[in-house]
Amino acid sequence: MTTSKETEVKVGYKSPIVMGSIGLLTLVFLGLLGRDGMVAFEISRRTDSLQLPTLDIDSSLLGVLAGLAMFALAGFSLSKAIKNLKTPIWVSIVFGLVGVTALLGWLAAEKSVPIAFIAGTALVLAVPIILGAMAGIMSERVGITNIAIEGQLLTGAFMAAVVSSITDNFLFGVMAAMVTSALVSMILAVFSIKFLAQQIIVGVVLNVLVIGVTNFLYQQWLTEDAENVNFPGTMDIIKIPVLSDIPLLGPVFFENRITVFFAILIVPTIWFVLFKTRLGLRARAVGEHPLAADTVGINVGRTRFWWVTIGGSIAGLGGAALTIGNAGAFGREMSGGFGFIALAVVILGRWNPIYASLAALLFGFSIILRVWANQVSPGIPTDFITMVPYVVTIIAVVGFVGKSRPPKALAVPYVKG
Amino acid sequence: MKLELLGITKRFGAVTANEDIDLVIEPGEIHALLGENGAGKSTLMNVLYGLYTADEGHIEIDGVRQNFSGPGDAMAAGIGMVHQHFMLIPVFTVAENVALGHEPTKALGVIDIAEAKKQVLEISERFGFNIDPDALIEDLPVGAQQRVEIIKALSRDARILVLDEPTAVLTPQETDELMEIMRQLAKSGTSIVFITHKLREVKAVADRITVIRLGKVVGSAKPDAETSALASLMVGREVMLTVNKKPAAMGDVVLEVEHITVLDDRSQKAVNDVSFEVRGGEILALAGVQGNGQTELAEFLLGLRKPMGSKAKVNLNGKEITNKSVREVLESGVGFIPEDRQSDGLVSEFTIAENLMLNSSYKSRFTKGLNINFAARKLIAKELVEQFDVRTPSSETVANKLSGGNQQKVVVARELSREVILLIASQPTRGVDVGSIEFIHEQIIAERDAGKAVILISSELDEVLALADRIAVMYRGKIVGIVEPNTSREDLGKLMAGVTA
Repeated sequence: MTTSKETEVKVGYKSPIVMGSIGLLTLVFLGLLGRDGMVAFEISRRTDSLQLPTLDIDSSLLGVLAGLAMFALAGFSLSKAIKNLKTPIWVSIVFGLVGVTALLGWLAAEKSVPIAFIAGTALVLAVPIILGAMAGIMSERVGITNIAIEGQLLTGAFMAAVVSSITDNFLFGVMAAMVTSALVSMILAVFSIKFLAQQIIVGVVLNVLVIGVTNFLYQQWLTEDAENVNFPGTMDIIKIPVLSDIPLLGPVFFENRITVFFAILIVPTIWFVLFKTRLGLRARAVGEHPLAADTVGINVGRTRFWWVTIGGSIAGLGGAALTIGNAGAFGREMSGGFGFIALAVVILGRWNPIYASLAALLFGFSIILRVWANQVSPGIPTDFITMVPYVVTIIAVVGFVGKSRPPKALAVPYVKG
Repeated sequence: MKLELLGITKRFGAVTANEDIDLVIEPGEIHALLGENGAGKSTLMNVLYGLYTADEGHIEIDGVRQNFSGPGDAMAAGIGMVHQHFMLIPVFTVAENVALGHEPTKALGVIDIAEAKKQVLEISERFGFNIDPDALIEDLPVGAQQRVEIIKALSRDARILVLDEPTAVLTPQETDELMEIMRQLAKSGTSIVFITHKLREVKAVADRITVIRLGKVVGSAKPDAETSALASLMVGREVMLTVNKKPAAMGDVVLEVEHITVLDDRSQKAVNDVSFEVRGGEILALAGVQGNGQTELAEFLLGLRKPMGSKAKVNLNGKEITNKSVREVLESGVGFIPEDRQSDGLVSEFTIAENLMLNSSYKSRFTKGLNINFAARKLIAKELVEQFDVRTPSSETVANKLSGGNQQKVVVARELSREVILLIASQPTRGVDVGSIEFIHEQIIAERDAGKAVILISSELDEVLALADRIAVMYRGKIVGIVEPNTSREDLGKLMAGVTA
């Protein structure tokens, strides 16, 4: 009796067609019609103790090779599609990496590609998005829509800068950021759980409120007395012994500020808690079917409250990463839409911490790509280049990832009889 | 364990759902709680389970007064509940669902999934449930999901098991299996409260019967009581359990349906290459357990869903209506009673009169040019309310103030007061009181006798057997057989479970 229902899902030929077309574009525009000149892929930084040789290759040759490799992957995908099998996720990832390599090689014809620098900066830029997305996931997994990530990031950024400046202690700054962002989250939690308010409206209002308050304080206070209250500087970069000497991985992952290390640790931790522990099972149950959770004795309101609140404190740390973890001072509306990107990343990552972080890295990468492309080949319209990762993402989401399924009880208030 | 409910009263605003109810459940007995939909059975059980707090009265277990502030307390006291709408999380596995709330854990709060599976298998084997602990709930058939719910309750050492309308979603065979399980459980000392409105099942399995009407206990009985006596106790007056009807006078073919394949909302084939025809003057019943494509087929016939493939063809009185819009289908003479009157049949914030003109809002007797002819509408509404015996203070009453049966009468009135040649009635008496059921059945028979073609979609076997001239059984999107109405319940049950002769 426990046989599965018949499921007749047609995989279709979307993936091989899209892959094939992108491969063709790569082959023609980055390869055959590509730019001449050698590209040097620098794996090691010039300051590293262990120097690996650079990989040199002709720019257009790289384009051709990449195009052909992409065709091969498209062919593999086609062979799967004929057997009505889905294209495995690793194929999509390899495909993306090959495409990015070709793009980098094309941009840097006659110059070099500092891989460690690009990857490292992408990670640092992605940290606020990753932490914001974690806040979003923790909140949405228990069924509360969190539009207020932007506000939470901004709160964290402001408090981290100001408290660090005044106390001259980054630890206090980080703590203040986490606590105040958690307080912002609590407002969202209480309004949605206790007063059953429309969660999206509460979120939007919180965003506007935080933007207003920080703008006001920035103008009236921070700019007047910048030296004392908005001059925190950035935290020290910590080098983890031995690990930071590994070529490429060392400088990217093991030579960072504490905010980056935290992000690297928190993502697998949240994944683990969510999918392997009792706490996570209960949280997901609350987000999927609160009444069912209630009938087995789980306190729906309390679960939602704590997940949203703790999520808020993580977003606060993401805000701190913007000021004392990167820029060194607070600026007007400096979260600049990262909170909304984090929101998109949550959906893109299908409410999974690992996937969401990968998506956040993609956004970090596209930010640094624009900056770097501008330096390395000034003639190329950078807006166009910046578009590329997003186009790839959209295709990935539509074609490969498939339909994502949000927690069933998302945005639905739970009322007990 | 002896359970006593003493003087339970529960009010929702001005409505009293339970009034001074006393109920005693002895250890190891199967106690049936019999009553119509809306009689207050589920409310009472939710009070017992701690989901609602009683306004008056209290609960005692073995003579000790209990104070349940939530389901957790009720469970701790040994009460397990299988809800009418399953409390299972579709994206979790069986083991996760069973473990939820009392998970076996290792260090760091990590779930010991092996232990959880062991628990499931243990209970599953003890009672012969045949459940795979790794299966996702959404992949399981309803019967299996229900057994998961029972495992869930038993894994918490429930000594009183409350089954809320457990047979509504089951095939007759699954129902028999469930009854066997209930007997086994009772033998092992578990008390069972069996909530239902189906007399046949109560008589088959219960040790004692308590009848509830309008929130009050109106009597108790032994299972050897007369069916008609139980029914009149439940309804409060004599009821006719059989429908009087003349033999069908078959006319010409009205509806021809050929090679219909329809997708459901998840893009799966809900209706798979179905063909049939209906003649004037006959009632064709589409029987089957809920969720085997009946809903999608009805929505397709109305034009709400589009067919797949080029072979699909629907002819109404010789005219093709295959890909017509809903309005065109309605105009060509189709009446439709949807299965869910709350969401599809009525606009519950509209008055009865407004609801009556929903499908004739243009160029009809309700209109005058581009405007509504209010005077005419008032008159027509008043007439229909009388003709269809809608119990309401006035035709300007808002629909959601009416009882389920009267709401359904409004829908029936709207569909039958139009000139139709085909009536599609989808679960026309679901959640309707027995009195209204009688009335609605009479109306459907009257349509048939007037030479109209009728498609009756119902998962209630009693209703199908009472009304149908031919019975088409649907299983997994296909019509697995078209049989005569004198076919035995057992054979129909086999067909409904997909067993073809």
